[in-house]
Amino acid sequence: MSAPAGVAEAPPRAAAPVAGALREAGLAALVALGLFGPMVGLRTEPGAGGLMLVQRWPTVALLCAMVFVGRFGLVWARSHRFPAFLPALARAVPLALALALLFALMLPPLPTGETLLSAGGHDRALALLALFVVAGGVFLALGWGRAAPAVAVASTRSGRWEGSLRRFGRVLGPLLLALALLLPALPWVGRYTLDLGILVLTYVMLGWGLNIVVGLAGLLDLGYVAFYAVGAYSYALLSTSLGWSFWLCLPLAGIMAAFAGILLGFPVLRLRGDYLAIVTLGFGEIIRIVLLNWVSLTGGPNGIGGIPRPSFFGLSFSAGGGPGSFADFFGLEPSPTHRVVFLYYLILALALLTNWVTIRLRRQPLGRAWEALREDEIACRALGINVTTTKLTAFALGAMFGGFAGAFFATRQAFISPESFTFLESAIVLAIVVLGGLGSQIGVAIAAVVMIGGFEVFRDLAEWRMLVFGGAMVLIMVLRPRGIVASRTPTVALGKRRAISGELVGEGHG
Amino acid sequence: MSGVAGTDILRVEDLSMRFGGLLAVAGVSFEAARGAITSLIGPNGAGKTTVFNCVTGFYRPTGGAVLLQAPEVAGGAPVALHRLAGHRIVRAGVARTFQNIRLFSGMTALENLLVAQHNALMAATGWGIGAVLGLVRYPRAEAAAIDRARAWLAATNLLERADDPAGALPYGAQRRLEIARAMCTDPLLLCLDEPAAGLNPRESDQLAALLLRIRSGEAPNGAPCSILLIEHDMGVVMRISDRVVVLDHGRKIADGTPAAVRADPKVIAAYLGEEEADEDAPAEAGVAGSGVAGAASGPGGTA
Repeated sequence: MSAPAGVAEAPPRAAAPVAGALREAGLAALVALGLFGPMVGLRTEPGAGGLMLVQRWPTVALLCAMVFVGRFGLVWARSHRFPAFLPALARAVPLALALALLFALMLPPLPTGETLLSAGGHDRALALLALFVVAGGVFLALGWGRAAPAVAVASTRSGRWEGSLRRFGRVLGPLLLALALLLPALPWVGRYTLDLGILVLTYVMLGWGLNIVVGLAGLLDLGYVAFYAVGAYSYALLSTSLGWSFWLCLPLAGIMAAFAGILLGFPVLRLRGDYLAIVTLGFGEIIRIVLLNWVSLTGGPNGIGGIPRPSFFGLSFSAGGGPGSFADFFGLEPSPTHRVVFLYYLILALALLTNWVTIRLRRQPLGRAWEALREDEIACRALGINVTTTKLTAFALGAMFGGFAGAFFATRQAFISPESFTFLESAIVLAIVVLGGLGSQIGVAIAAVVMIGGFEVFRDLAEWRMLVFGGAMVLIMVLRPRGIVASRTPTVALGKRRAISGELVGEGHG
Repeated sequence: MSGVAGTDILRVEDLSMRFGGLLAVAGVSFEAARGAITSLIGPNGAGKTTVFNCVTGFYRPTGGAVLLQAPEVAGGAPVALHRLAGHRIVRAGVARTFQNIRLFSGMTALENLLVAQHNALMAATGWGIGAVLGLVRYPRAEAAAIDRARAWLAATNLLERADDPAGALPYGAQRRLEIARAMCTDPLLLCLDEPAAGLNPRESDQLAALLLRIRSGEAPNGAPCSILLIEHDMGVVMRISDRVVVLDHGRKIADGTPAAVRADPKVIAAYLGEEEADEDAPAEAGVAGSGVAGAASGPGGTA
């Protein structure tokens, strides 16, 4: 199957579009049969006297028919030259999906035992589907109506997407921020949604921190979880053994993580690309294995428990609400929600701090030097930029924010063990940065919401969840090979700031 | 090592560069005069770019010395460029461009020129920390840097493309932008590696005029700037050079005014082969040779 190419290049089989489309659709259905036959058609189930083979050929037939119809429609639409339709569709589907996901996250959780697919969840599933269809229709109509009827070249098509996303983004950023600020105050938002919000914001912060290293400086870091772990263990050890408060330990955890970042930075200064990725991957594993085996300090696989919770200007969030507690001081009914709301705002503030520092630094010489380093390291050297210190500052700063997030993670969980800091975490954070668009702050935030939030929404799907997750990643990468927001905004301009197409922006060579 | 004479800005003494078994540059010595354009020419593989990379700190020479005499310490000790780390060469006052253009293609023309002023701006930010906190010194420094960038964009005829990404500029404009970027580091000596490569004759003429303006100090930074030039376009070289150094097989074979070099039989032999040029001469030698021989009749062929 060939990927849908630019609309401008008319297929040579335009003379017989239906026959050509039928042939391509038949081929696609054949491939689908080969794939779905063994994966879906045959299933082993425990039965009497061992495993039984269950055959599900109707389902396979349905899937193949869907692939056939979809491929036929795609090829046929292309041969009929609907120049604006496909790009508009490509724009509308992810936006509508993101919107539906956001709503799904804000609704109260389903009663236990019910899923979106069971009887009790049907209303909600239908409502979400309707929202998706309506929103998709509106976005499609908007995109289709605006698109010029002339031949769409790949670059202008993506340029148009960037333009609409930019217009949309000017509203979307403040909208997301307002939503994040007001979330705990919304009447239907419960404990579950707040916990999910905290999780999503932790990943937003990690994504923004890694964005400094990968997105701006172009240094591929596969071991980012190491700094998260250093921050978490620094806080846990300092607070449990020395009894220092969260607010004293937080900056210390950040400093220790930054130090770890510099420690990693020195040996990898000369490495590029794949080699850099492998060494950072190894560094992440070294930290995890040290934590696992240095039993006398870290407790090894047993982890560290009883980590103190943060206080609000000295007021604790104890459940009983005794003297000196938050509820007692403000005359409130003691409630465990207070602490959750406090933790939510704490991680929101930390994430916004990361964002603020990054945005500011990007407009400073240091940030510009990072981006220049990503574009061309040799030219940087020829302009007198000290490549060593510039790289190290990127590593240190990215690691520091990872350390802050780690300290927050430790205080929220009150228990940490090396199991929380596996390579999968690094991979997820890196996926968020890549899917969001290297160097784009809003893109990373959207990607974190979609990936982490979406992962939770599909919890009902059990083992199919990973499939949806992978499918979403493939979809984004096919439609937007350089992430949701691929363009780059100049840091300074004499006239009007115009976005720079992602095709010109370097991805870094390590 | 003797001190550099007052009129020379750069002195290359007995420079050697060896890559494994290959001696790319063997004992080359020459001087570049202050406020002059010194050209380095020679057939392909003569070692020009290697000499260049030694001067600009990209290679550490295996032998010899590269000395830069800054004007404020005239008579004082010259700076030994061959001992400096790569990024410190610029602070000493040597800027360079590349044979294959190396712009920050995803950044705008203006941003490219601001990156070139990184060190000055960085000092104004208090090494990053003060700027994040919003200290007042930085906005003033940035405004000055933008003014300087604007002046250089105007001098290179790029002002209306200031906010376009460098990678989207036409080839000739990219060449000019690279020169503007090098000049934004405020150099004493500008090293250009084949700036006219790929330019059409009109663009080459404009380039030559720009280089003359940079040399005389009419261009924005005010002070005259010496230029070290590698070029295959003999029309440009013969027209604007004050002095020409000819390399062949890693050795200097001639050194003098353009007219003297053009008449030098050793140079003609190096470009055309030992015998007189015949009809079957390789294309490269033919083009370069016609430039050497016929430079008086206007711009020669572009290499």
